[in-house]
Amino acid sequence: MSAIEKQRHIIDFMLSCLWRRKGKNLSLVVVYTFVIFLLASVMFFAHAIKKEAGLILRDAPEIMVQRLVAGRQTFIPESYIDAIRKIRGVQSVTPRLWGYYYDGQSGANYTLMVNADLKDRPGEILIGKGVTLRRATAEDKIITKKNDSIPFKTYDGSYLMLKVKGILPAASELVTSDLVLVSEADFGKIFSISRDQATDLVLQVRNEKELSTIAAKIAQLYPDTRPILRNEILRTYDAVFDWRAGVIIVILSGAFFAFIILAWDKATGLSAEEKREIGVLKAIGWETSDILLMKFWEGAAVSLSAFLMGILSAYLHIFFTASALFAPVLKGWSVLYPDFRLTPFISPYEIAILFFLTVIPYTVATIVPSWRSATIDPDSVMRT
Amino acid sequence: MPGRKSDLFFGCLLAGMLLAGLMFIDAGVREHLDMPLLNQRAEIVRVLGLTDLCLFTEARYTRHPSMADLGTPFQDHPVSLEHFPSGAIVPVPPHLKQRTRNERQ
Repeated sequence: MSAIEKQRHIIDFMLSCLWRRKGKNLSLVVVYTFVIFLLASVMFFAHAIKKEAGLILRDAPEIMVQRLVAGRQTFIPESYIDAIRKIRGVQSVTPRLWGYYYDGQSGANYTLMVNADLKDRPGEILIGKGVTLRRATAEDKIITKKNDSIPFKTYDGSYLMLKVKGILPAASELVTSDLVLVSEADFGKIFSISRDQATDLVLQVRNEKELSTIAAKIAQLYPDTRPILRNEILRTYDAVFDWRAGVIIVILSGAFFAFIILAWDKATGLSAEEKREIGVLKAIGWETSDILLMKFWEGAAVSLSAFLMGILSAYLHIFFTASALFAPVLKGWSVLYPDFRLTPFISPYEIAILFFLTVIPYTVATIVPSWRSATIDPDSVMRT
Repeated sequence: MPGRKSDLFFGCLLAGMLLAGLMFIDAGVREHLDMPLLNQRAEIVRVLGLTDLCLFTEARYTRHPSMADLGTPFQDHPVSLEHFPSGAIVPVPPHLKQRTRNERQ
């Protein structure tokens, strides 16, 4: 009998044994698949959104300069610009004017930002897709369209009507959902901010290697300022998604431990019936190595099928149903949560780690107790 | 011998592996197809000078975490506890923690 034919006979026999205890084994595969599905979903989600955030924010401002007074961020005088521009290596310094606006009708917060293109067009705004839903209710989905007007409550209690002249592309919703772009004049009317102030400053630098040196020089020149580097913005999002994946894992850890106990008990503790089976096999001439091979195939069949079904269903969950199970955790109270679909960035390295942490331990755990039973005298095993 | 269990086992295993392979191919194709969209988003970020993803709009320190400071969540009144749910799933940005450590030293 060839080696391949021998393996096939052993697998035939192993599958018959599994089928004899189908209730127990099928429920194990279902729970095992579910655990891998959850782990893989968290892994796929965290990896894809981190990669996407990194790609989208790769062109974020190189250095931002904020001013802090009494521990709070405050407006920065435009007089700081000239001195900062003179620092060697700084290419340009642009003031940014932006802030938050609470819209009573929708109960949502918007980010209002001054846009240079609207400089000569006061009374006009460009809005993100989330803002178009400001009048929508659960029953009636009223959409704010181009040329509609939106009232903004100003600092003195009066209302300023601004006309929507454009909707920002839906594709950019992940960064612009709550954005309202206004002219500098209208921003001043809403918030009463003097003209020689900015929310923060955006710096462009000639050589990226000089970023930290320039940031240190700014902090030395104006000790009340705080420079933020692009690298720090990117690291913030790595931390946000690592943390969130960690939170989900902690919440699910109870279920994982319950599964580990179940699988360990099933894999390591042979039932009296299984021990007798091993005794009979040895009595009819099976070698210890054949029994270990059979148990290896048994562990591999259960864990491989659970692994494959788990990662495939996790892929469908995250990239085809837009993380339907995680969505409520991610959205929280955010009224304008963007409706975005993740690009499937998957890492073979992480899938390999998941494989080695789930399939290998289970397969090994099934072999060890069988080896113990298979090395005992068949007569005494059958009598127990 | 027709209809052997081992044939079924290897058939299922092969089908599972093929589907896993297709998963990688699908991911690669969709990544390639989505690249213009991602570049468009990156361009909007560059043109408008944006700094953060619009994930949570309920509190300013979760809307723009990279622009926030450590005091923001607690500045409403003395002994004010942070109360927005999204604050629980948005950690303190690493650069703020690093700065605090440097200032202590």
